[in-house]
Amino acid sequence: MAAISKKAFAALLQIGVHLGALLPLLWLFYAINAGHLGGDPVVELIHYLGMGTIRLLLLTLLVSPLAKSLNFGQLNRLRRPLGLWCFVWASLHFSTWLALDLGLDWSLIGEELVKRTYILLGFTAWLILLALAITSIPALLRKMGKNWKKLHGLLYVAVLLACWHFWWSVKSGWIEPAIYLAVALLLLVWRRASVKRWIKSWRY
Amino acid sequence: MLIKTPARSALGEIQTTPEAAYVSRRSVIRGLGAGLGGLLLSGSASGLDLFAADKKEAAGEAPRKPLDFSPQRPVPDLVLTPEAKVTNHNNFYEFGTGKTDPAQNSQGLKTEPWTLTVEGEVEKPGTVDVWKLMHDIGLEERIYRMRCVEAWSMVIPWVGFELGKFLQRFQPTSRAKYVAFQTLYDPEQMPGQRNRYIGGGVDYPYVEGLRIDEAMHPLTILSVGLYGKTLPPQNGAPIRLVVPWKYGFKGIKSIVKIKLVEKMPPTSWNKLAPNEYGFYANVNPDVDHPRWSQASERFIGPGGVFAVKRQPTLPFNGYGEEVASLYKNMDLRKFY
Repeated sequence: MAAISKKAFAALLQIGVHLGALLPLLWLFYAINAGHLGGDPVVELIHYLGMGTIRLLLLTLLVSPLAKSLNFGQLNRLRRPLGLWCFVWASLHFSTWLALDLGLDWSLIGEELVKRTYILLGFTAWLILLALAITSIPALLRKMGKNWKKLHGLLYVAVLLACWHFWWSVKSGWIEPAIYLAVALLLLVWRRASVKRWIKSWRY
Repeated sequence: MLIKTPARSALGEIQTTPEAAYVSRRSVIRGLGAGLGGLLLSGSASGLDLFAADKKEAAGEAPRKPLDFSPQRPVPDLVLTPEAKVTNHNNFYEFGTGKTDPAQNSQGLKTEPWTLTVEGEVEKPGTVDVWKLMHDIGLEERIYRMRCVEAWSMVIPWVGFELGKFLQRFQPTSRAKYVAFQTLYDPEQMPGQRNRYIGGGVDYPYVEGLRIDEAMHPLTILSVGLYGKTLPPQNGAPIRLVVPWKYGFKGIKSIVKIKLVEKMPPTSWNKLAPNEYGFYANVNPDVDHPRWSQASERFIGPGGVFAVKRQPTLPFNGYGEEVASLYKNMDLRKFY
């Protein structure tokens, strides 16, 4: 592929990422109004947004090693929009739980956060995504220098926490969460050199 | 009347959302799990979509027949969960673990004819034709709260009869200390029994049990209908157990066998996760599930997605006056 068309292709993919992350949300909005979410739409909403977040996180992890192995550096442009969409989906997932499941009952929310390990895991993952989203502003990226990479490596932790959160939240049936966790681990193994470098960066 | 109705003004408010909005049964939700994944991940996680395709079963809604029954006087403090929500939000893992899976995958279940066998510690074991039973036994309406162990709740107008009265016909012996129930085992008809992934890892057939005094309690019913008509398959057609002071998973569906026994029988969820689901499974706001609080519940009532109703969970689901005496001198933290 010629360099110029690669660039155009990457731009197309970027549009695809935006549409791919936005359209399901629009569909969800329609589905709520049309009653397509079954007898208890709240739970379906929470699960849909949660699963979407995990899939987006895995997709985000896929980009760098794929760009490297395809020798297609332009692909890396997808990382920022994908990461931000992860944050948007995770925030919707979290706020749906807060507002529609727990009805913004703050004492109950506080209790659940502390007492339920799987909720704490998800919350921690969301805090990481929040920090990464805030620091994705280009000006901050330049300002933070080396520390930016150090911070953004926390995405690895967030992905694992998200899978763990999923695993512990299901009533039964570990197969599906196990598949997601396996995919996450495979993606981390694929980029093991970067993961190692990132871990080392915390040693001093 | 047997229903205890604590003052709970929170339940009285009715949001109006057109009934038609809920009624679309074969909802698009089937694709939900795969939705974004399909768009974004057509490569790496497509194995899951294969499973999703496997979950799909024939559509076409099972017909429901009107029943003859003596209606219950209206309970002013209880707001009914709309029928469409009762029949589209089910846990019936034999037809998939998603809440709308049972409504979608169970419509082909052959419920006629259906026989129910009563055996074990009884003088007169026997097998009854459930459809004949429905006409003979004298049905009554029972408007009960239903509290799921997953911390959501409904109010459902069941139609059925007292399990105790039914069991008396078979003359339980003095050795009958427990009652064991069993759901139909038919992997041909029940995709969850064919495939561990669809069935949520439950060891089938689904089995449940009650202590004999629980089974004989007048609140415990075998239900054959809801909202005045026979049960749809997803709610456990043609006959299911309803024990209103216990978590919903005790309400075993599509029962084919009842056996009176001397020893405590195994129960499906207890086998799967003994530290999370006990034999008794009495609704108890003071004993949390290891992974979530049981102190409150989300009531699924009329209204749309923003009509959230969090309400405190009541001991024995509000039926303590009638049933608490069954458990005196028992440590309910230990026997959860």
